[in-house]
Amino acid sequence: MKTLEYEIAVIGGGAAGLTAAAQAAAAGKRTVVIERSRELGGVLLQCIHSGFGLHYFHEELTGPEYAARVQQKATEAGADFLLASTVMQILPGKKGPLLTVYSRQEGVVWLQAQAVILAMGCRERCRGNLGIPGDRVSGVYSAGTAQLLLNREGIVPGKRAVIVGSGDIGLIMARRLTWSGVKVACVLEIMPYPAGLSRNIAQCLEDFGIPLHLSTSITGIHGRNQVESVTFAPLVNGQPDLTQEERVTCDTVLFSVGLVPENELSRDCGIKLNPLTGGALVDEDLMTSLPGIFSCGNVLHVHDLVDFVSLEAERCADSAVRYCARERRPGSQIQIAPGANVRYVIPNQVTPGQPHHLLLRTSRPLAAAELQLRDTTGNRLFVKRLRHLRPAEMISLEIPHDCTAGAKGLVLELEELN
Amino acid sequence: MKTFRKICICCPAGCHLTVTLADDGEIQVNGNNCPRGDIYARQELCDPCRTVTATVAAAGDPHCRIPVKSSEPVPLALIDGLLAELYALAVPLPVTMGQILLPDYRQTGINIVATRTMCP
Repeated sequence: MKTLEYEIAVIGGGAAGLTAAAQAAAAGKRTVVIERSRELGGVLLQCIHSGFGLHYFHEELTGPEYAARVQQKATEAGADFLLASTVMQILPGKKGPLLTVYSRQEGVVWLQAQAVILAMGCRERCRGNLGIPGDRVSGVYSAGTAQLLLNREGIVPGKRAVIVGSGDIGLIMARRLTWSGVKVACVLEIMPYPAGLSRNIAQCLEDFGIPLHLSTSITGIHGRNQVESVTFAPLVNGQPDLTQEERVTCDTVLFSVGLVPENELSRDCGIKLNPLTGGALVDEDLMTSLPGIFSCGNVLHVHDLVDFVSLEAERCADSAVRYCARERRPGSQIQIAPGANVRYVIPNQVTPGQPHHLLLRTSRPLAAAELQLRDTTGNRLFVKRLRHLRPAEMISLEIPHDCTAGAKGLVLELEELN
Repeated sequence: MKTFRKICICCPAGCHLTVTLADDGEIQVNGNNCPRGDIYARQELCDPCRTVTATVAAAGDPHCRIPVKSSEPVPLALIDGLLAELYALAVPLPVTMGQILLPDYRQTGINIVATRTMCP
């Protein structure tokens, strides 16, 4: 069996993989991107709306434009691409991670790398994941599937839709469907607050007068062959109150109920995963529990903005490049854990006394909060006031040099302020 | 005096804007973290506009769509008409990212441009 040799192998050719490959190749490393689809760009290719790139490219771009930019960066930096190729396993090899790749072009090949960057992205939760009762009829899609059909292939899924969940893809699809002549009857959200960005509530729902029912659960999907209606009810004490059940006529149901990092490959090769994110546990270099294997983008944790994916991918590639050059951070690593009102924090380990770049999410909306970084004895090492915190909007935080010197462990909390 | 609440859509921060329109017509904007919020709020009161993104058909291939965007935000009243025109188009491939597929829509100076390079 043929063996390909690269210094850095990037698995996944979406925003994270292409940005990481551009960065690694620009640092002079022989880099390959392995992409299972026949084209590069990932989900960006179907995200035809604008709003991408303001942080990373300092201009507003659509998804396909963003994909073209990062692909161009990777190409110009000299990265190679293996398209229509799937990584089946990652084995620990003497020279570094050894990948088994099934490739349309190369057949079954080994790929010997010094470092691997996992950038496989995420996939959608679907009806089956939620156990929504009712009839098994056609017309039920995940929001991203409907987006693919509509934006890439021009297939309009129906005439009248109900969207379950207020994630950003669902909100974007509410506008896209409306602009494609589909009436969006309503959006149902089980939580008391929307899951998507505020601006998407404004420009995708309010612009079109689409009602958003908060604290409301879908109670059934009904029809014979095609969806004919859905029923829904408000939540009372955490349960749908069926005495207040309503029925809305529709032929299409879209689910926009969250994304799951696609880590089957990581799990199979023994990488430790974080149950809070579904992604790998990582240190400050974004290295997983297996030496030489790094993770970034939506496979590490689901991001709200592609710009943050690219920034994280750059950092990840820098770490992988340093790893190849045997330059690792000095000092011991300590755990950093989420405390009150913090859903998760990335990374999971840091080197005390260094400046830290932390990403976190609040577990519930907070109008004002004090962010506190404490050590294991409760000392407050760093404090910052924050406003308008929402689970949908990731918080990026720089902890200055020396704040955590001498700490044995860290906890990050958000204390609500009135 | 009238007060409006708006979410700024210029960037993902989504600033919570409070816009007051005084009786003498003076507009005051609060809650914006950058100058774009001020411009957006004023525009929103007099002539709300949105960037339009959609797809147009690739000639000869019923299952291939070319993604497009408006070069500038489009006044709300013109969007439905613009979409109808876009959906009636069939553009032969190849197209290049940035290529104008529909110039100067209704003399507004707004062009519709392809957002992806596509080959047959």
